[in-house]
Formats: sequence, C-alpha cells, structure tokens
Amino acid sequence: MGNFDKKLERFWEVFIEHGGYVKVLTGLQNTVYIAVAGLAIGILIGTLIAIIRVSPKNNGLLKTLNSLCVFYVGLFRGTPIVVQLLVAYYVMLPMIGVNIPALQVCVLVFGLNSAAYVSEIMRSGILSVDPGQMEAGRALGLNYRVTMLKIVIPQAVKNIVPTLGNEFISLIKETSVVSFVGAADLYVAFNYIGSNNYEFMVPYLVMALIYIALVAVAALIIRQLERSLRKSDRRH
Amino acid sequence: MIDVIDLKKTYGKLDVLKGITTSIKPGEKIAIIGPSGSGKSTFLRCLNRMEEPTSGLIIFNGQGITDRKADIDAHRRQMGMVFQHFNLFNNKTVLDNIMLAPVYLALRDLRRLKWRNRLIRLRNLFRREKLPLHPINTSKAQIKAEARETALRLLKRIGLEDKAHVYPSTLSGGQKQRIAIVRALAMNPKVMLFDEPTSALDPEMVGEVLDLIRQLAHEGMTMVIVTHEMGFAREVATRVLFMDGGSIVEDDAPERIFTNPQHPRTKEFLSKVL
Repeated sequence: MGNFDKKLERFWEVFIEHGGYVKVLTGLQNTVYIAVAGLAIGILIGTLIAIIRVSPKNNGLLKTLNSLCVFYVGLFRGTPIVVQLLVAYYVMLPMIGVNIPALQVCVLVFGLNSAAYVSEIMRSGILSVDPGQMEAGRALGLNYRVTMLKIVIPQAVKNIVPTLGNEFISLIKETSVVSFVGAADLYVAFNYIGSNNYEFMVPYLVMALIYIALVAVAALIIRQLERSLRKSDRRH
Repeated sequence: MIDVIDLKKTYGKLDVLKGITTSIKPGEKIAIIGPSGSGKSTFLRCLNRMEEPTSGLIIFNGQGITDRKADIDAHRRQMGMVFQHFNLFNNKTVLDNIMLAPVYLALRDLRRLKWRNRLIRLRNLFRREKLPLHPINTSKAQIKAEARETALRLLKRIGLEDKAHVYPSTLSGGQKQRIAIVRALAMNPKVMLFDEPTSALDPEMVGEVLDLIRQLAHEGMTMVIVTHEMGFAREVATRVLFMDGGSIVEDDAPERIFTNPQHPRTKEFLSKVL
C-alpha cells in the first residue's frame, strides 16, 4: 500500500481541482431524489394496490382490479430492475414517442417497482391489524372506506415502518444501476473521477463510504419515525 | 323494535342458525344463554349484519335490514354494539375513540347539506321563484365542541374523565370495556347489543362492567346480551332465550327459565352452570 498516498493525492486533485465534487454532489442529489421520489410513488400506488387486494371481493369490478394487481405485482417482482429500466427507456418511450429525461424515467420505474414491494408489505401490515378494529368501526356505522383510512391503515403503517425502512434502504442502493439509461448518479460521478487518470481504487472506496453514510442517515430517520409512531403503545 | 323471521346462517355445510324467529320490543332486556357453539353470538351479530345471514328477515323499526339495498351503516348507527374483546381503536386516545364516529358523521352530513345549498343557489340564479335553502344551524366547531362535551360527560359518568387523553393500551380490561360501552352510547343508539361483554375480563373487573350495563337497563335502554353470567341474566333480563344447536329452545321470563325450565336441554344446561 506504499503508493496509497499517491493515489489519494490524485483523487483529491481530480475531486477538487477538476471539479469532480460538483459531479459527486449532482450524483448524490440524483441518487437521493430517485430513492425518495421512488418510495413516495411506491407508497402511494402500493397502498392503493394493497387496499384493493384486501377488500372483500364482492363484485366483478373488484375481482378484475384484484387480478390486475396480482398481475402487476408479479410483473414487477418477476423482472430485475435493470430490465425494467431498459425496457421503459429504450422500448416503451420510443414506442409511445415521447421524450422524457432519463432521470424522470428512473423515478417512475423505481416508483412502479417499489409499488409492487410496498403493496405486499402494506398488505401484510393491514392483515396484521386485529379484525376487531374493522368490526368496531363498522358497528359504529362508519363505512368500510372510512374505517380503513382512519383506523386500520394508521395502525398498519405503524406496524410496517421498519419493513418499509428496509425497502427504502434497498431502493437507495438499487439506484446504482440508473447509469444503464444514462442518468447521472453517484456511480457515474465516481466513474468519471476514476477514468480521469485510470485510478479507480480511491474513487470507488469513497463511493462505498458515501453509500454507507447515506444508508446510516436513512436508518436514523426510520428509527426516529418509529419512535414517534409508537406514541400509542404502552412501551415508550 | 326488531323482528327476526326464520333467520338462517350456514358456514359451508355447518348450520349455525337453523331458523330463528323472535321479536324484540322497545324496553326489553333480553339475555341469550346457552352452551358454546349454540349460535348465540352468531345470532346477535346477524342483528346488525356484522355476520351476513344466509336467509331470513330482520326488520328494525319497520325497515328490512337484510335487504341488499338497505343502508346498513345508517341502521348500525342506531344499534350500539359491545364486543367481547372491547375493540377500542388502538391508534386513538380514549376521547377520540368516543368522538370519532359522531363527529365524522355529523361533519359529513354538514358537508352534504352545504353542497346541496350550493346547488340550490346555482339553480336559483336561473329561476324567478327562488327555492328555499336548507337551514344550517350548526358549524364544524360547534359539532366538535358538542361531541367533546358528550364524550366528557360520558367519561365522567363512568369515573374515567382523567383517562380522556391516554391511549387504550394503558387501560385495564374493565376500563376498556366501560369505555367501549360509552363509545357506543355516544351515538345515541336505540338498542344495545352486547356480545359476551365480560367473558374476556379478569374476575375482579366483571362487576364494574355489569354495574354499568345494569344502570343502562334501569334507564330503559333496549338491550340484547349474550352472556355466561347467569346471576346477572336473571337479575336484569326481562326475557331469557336459551339457545342450543342453532335454535331457540326456550324463551321465557327469567324466573321461569331459572327456577322451572321446561325443556330437558335447558334443565341439563342450567344444572351444569348454576
């Protein structure tokens, strides 16, 4: 490791003097943006899917919607995210003939992908809530939708925050494949720095550290969230 | 008040209710007793369609609630239900547990009325003879304040006003069940359905819950109680239904059922539990 100092020096040179840090900051911003926006879309669509899947299937419309949801989840869980990105960007977009920036496509694909996972997490969360809660709401004359929204879902969310946090963390790490469609994330930034003088050791090491730091921050936020949601439990 | 005609309920091949016909009059306090698996809870839960009857009629205040088109939520608002396992909303404080349904429903009605008035105003723009608006004599704040007042008054009645802002997980079973009862009362129900209200309680808490139910009975509330507390049934009920095997085997005044049961199965059951 005698020349590690030299490698570090070279990295520093590119990082500061050649404006590498700007690329890294942009990459970091994009990584966080894709993960956060992706999760937001995922939670929104995922909750919707979960609600459809746990509702009593007493009419044709709900049955059809339910099978559609099963198909959706199967599709997005059955293919790697890279394939979904490639298909979305190089197949779907040209087919419908619109031009959307790669970054937005990534957000959308990560959102749709995460929706499949979130829906399963949310579904198990809803099923874990005591059925007596729904019964009590219905017995008071509240309808299914209101009882679901005001009573069952809030308790389900509390149960699934740790699992949802896991999903967020894997989302952060999975964003490292967005360069396949040309979006600029952390990997692209450090790859640029490394290829400046064909010295990849330090850049990739720093990239790993940044991912670890990112995940640590995410874990901290999740823990805080869990704690504040546990207000209504006896144990504080 | 409630007429039940040939009510049947089957789960697959299992006949849980084999044709129940009875009628509940205003002010009656009906205790349903019987061995476990006799269908007494299922019968009670069919009365507000928590359990969907397979066939038969239930008529509440002259309206068929087994009708597909019946507004079951509207009927349920007039039938308070108390469960064996309390089922307080875990994510709400005690006060919010009591206020949630009344406030939500009152606000929804207010919202609907306001929309209807908006439509009338819009139509009035094009009419010479103006249509009158629906009178609105309440407001969001007033609805909430009134519901809060009611909830606090009910809590005070059961001596738990100091628990208004705690979550259910910090309460004892007896406290939870008493709050569940006043939560149902906050809707001003016409009839109360109790599904084994003391079966999940520690023995020393049974008394406080029964006391509250007894008070309600003395105030004239119509009620149907599925219970294993024979002493209580005998003391409070005006009529006792003994159920076995999905049918009402005996239906009589409590003194007669408990001192001089007619049917051999009633005799056998009572000899075991008394």
